Amino acid sequence: MRQLLRNTNFTFILGAGLVFIVVQALISVGILNAYWQGVIFWGAAITMVSLGLNLIYGFNGQFSLGQYGFYAIGAYASADITYRWARNDPSALVVVIFGSLLALLLMVGGSVFLRRFYGVATLTKFLFNFIAAVLGFFLAVRFVNPAIGQSVFRALNGLPTGISQQIVFFLALVGGTTLAGIVSYLFGIPVLELGSDYFGIATLGFTIIVKVLLDNTDTILPFPEMKGARGMVGIPKWTTWPWVFFSFMAVALVLRNLLHSSAGRAILSVREDERAAELVGIDTASQKILAFVIGSLFAGLAGGIRAHDLAFLHPTTFGFLPSFNPLIIVVFGGLGSMTGTIITGFFWIFLLEGLLRLYLPEGFETWRFVVYPLVLLLMMLLRPRGLMGRYEIAFLRRPLPPPRVKEAPPVPKAIPEAGEVTV
Amino acid sequence: MKGRPENLSPEVEARPVILEIEGLTHYFDSLRAVHDFSVTIKEGELVGLIGPNGAGKTTVFNLITGVYRPTAGSIRYEGAQLGGLPSHEIIQMGIARTFQNIRLFANLTVLDNVLIAYHPHAGYGLADSIFRSRRYREREKAMIERSQEFLEIFGLADRQNDIAGSLPYGLQRRLEIARALATHPRLLLLDEPAAGMNPQEIDQLMELIHFIRDRFQLTIFLVEHRMRLVMNICEWITVMDFGEIIARGKPEEVRGNPQVIEAYLGRQAIH
Repeated sequence: MRQLLRNTNFTFILGAGLVFIVVQALISVGILNAYWQGVIFWGAAITMVSLGLNLIYGFNGQFSLGQYGFYAIGAYASADITYRWARNDPSALVVVIFGSLLALLLMVGGSVFLRRFYGVATLTKFLFNFIAAVLGFFLAVRFVNPAIGQSVFRALNGLPTGISQQIVFFLALVGGTTLAGIVSYLFGIPVLELGSDYFGIATLGFTIIVKVLLDNTDTILPFPEMKGARGMVGIPKWTTWPWVFFSFMAVALVLRNLLHSSAGRAILSVREDERAAELVGIDTASQKILAFVIGSLFAGLAGGIRAHDLAFLHPTTFGFLPSFNPLIIVVFGGLGSMTGTIITGFFWIFLLEGLLRLYLPEGFETWRFVVYPLVLLLMMLLRPRGLMGRYEIAFLRRPLPPPRVKEAPPVPKAIPEAGEVTV
Repeated sequence: MKGRPENLSPEVEARPVILEIEGLTHYFDSLRAVHDFSVTIKEGELVGLIGPNGAGKTTVFNLITGVYRPTAGSIRYEGAQLGGLPSHEIIQMGIARTFQNIRLFANLTVLDNVLIAYHPHAGYGLADSIFRSRRYREREKAMIERSQEFLEIFGLADRQNDIAGSLPYGLQRRLEIARALATHPRLLLLDEPAAGMNPQEIDQLMELIHFIRDRFQLTIFLVEHRMRLVMNICEWITVMDFGEIIARGKPEEVRGNPQVIEAYLGRQAIH
């Protein structure tokens, strides 16, 4: 038993299982009311977004303010799928899923084609992928949806309501996540060529663009059901604790396993010294895109979870000021520490959106943006490496391989006699 | 042959060419850093590139490894044109380099530094690492073992889990060479490997350079400032000043060349 407890994988699964069961029990019994449930779900969502940002900024060293843009894309896309589904319209589901699939296929095809040439310019690469993505979604809207939309609807509705609802929710999450990933890839190709500071500004611009588009979904974009700046109401409230738990675990495990692999080390090397990484044969541009896309996938998934918990989406949720939340969480928890991000992410929501809202007087709302920066400032002065520095709990820590036992082959004589070789 | 001294032994001249640079010219805006630089290196040679500060030596290395794109001229490695290729592709073709001011991944462990250089040969993909497939486990184990062999060769085995930035200076130099060799090069570019070393450390370094050349069958092209190292180990030397080649030849010939002395010590010295 003791041996088993020392196995980090086992203790982790045990701990995670316990958390799952305890929270589920508390919800079933009714001790965790809707309010606190919302706080936990929100904490999980914001932590997923922040883990994505930690991958991009903390582990890969690319300062990004774009996470909320991808969070919004994931939220709105998956909400649109379930919203329409609940109103007997499968078009969003079919278009997002099959459009993403077609777009990905075309993009892969384009990349394979481009690989035959040397020295392809970034712009060419971007245009190829952009056209492939647009073409994929166009084909889905124009041909796939009219052709198979109704049969997909009938097939899924043939199942019992509970099951078809879960399947649609799953597909909605997958669709929102994939869409966020595709957009981040298209955005990342040209922009990651820029230096880090400019990249930060470009991503901030991206968040603002997304916000403005969301404000006008019913006017300049053809999505009247999103109701622009009035906010999207009537999203089915399908997020439950198991969905939150397993999405969160998926994000944490994918991130951990990625970081413990060779690609993870390559991602770290870009943060440490981009030039040196390039000169030991690492394709730094593709490592940056990899980290950026995976980070955005996490944000997209979190968006879907959040949208179906809140059942209401408003563009201001994804505006300029809130988009700093993940950054604050990541810096506070420690750049390059998953443990720190997870603790801070949950604590942040628990404290600021949960406890303080309940117990502090009305005026606190207004004071929040005075308090946050001050807290952050104090943090920077007292503990600039963040709460956890780069500390990880055993399960998340990168393993240190034991030294080799074999005898060493011939080593050049360590210190030759002084003066043995003379000029 | 262009870009070589005339009086090298026929045995060396018969070997195949590994690196051939012709008419290499590079401008930073209007500042001419390198002008009409030519050099031809044959397999297994140990060639030095010397010159006073600011002569353009490191720029030549940066041009070879794709950090800068040459304004004019050609760089051919084993027959393939390098100009315009991104750095990582050039490295993967078999050229490795070290830096004048050590550039390790300072916050990562010693072993990680070497493992990163193995990344292009990792042999497993993203899906393997995310799902922890058997392929991941096998390849990862093999990579770690090969990297540890490298660390043993360089006497760093017992420091494998130390943070690279915490190593003493001499060991950091060694680690940087180990990392460069982990990319499987056939041509190694050493940029001022003796910078900041005392004479005794230089002696050690010379032995190390000879050792790795024999063990990994390398061709070595090195930029250096310290005459002690260059004169002792290089088979022949190219001297640069103000971006141009001013002399070429065996160490003893170069040492007596008045132009070289002038470049190093100033015009006064020969009057």
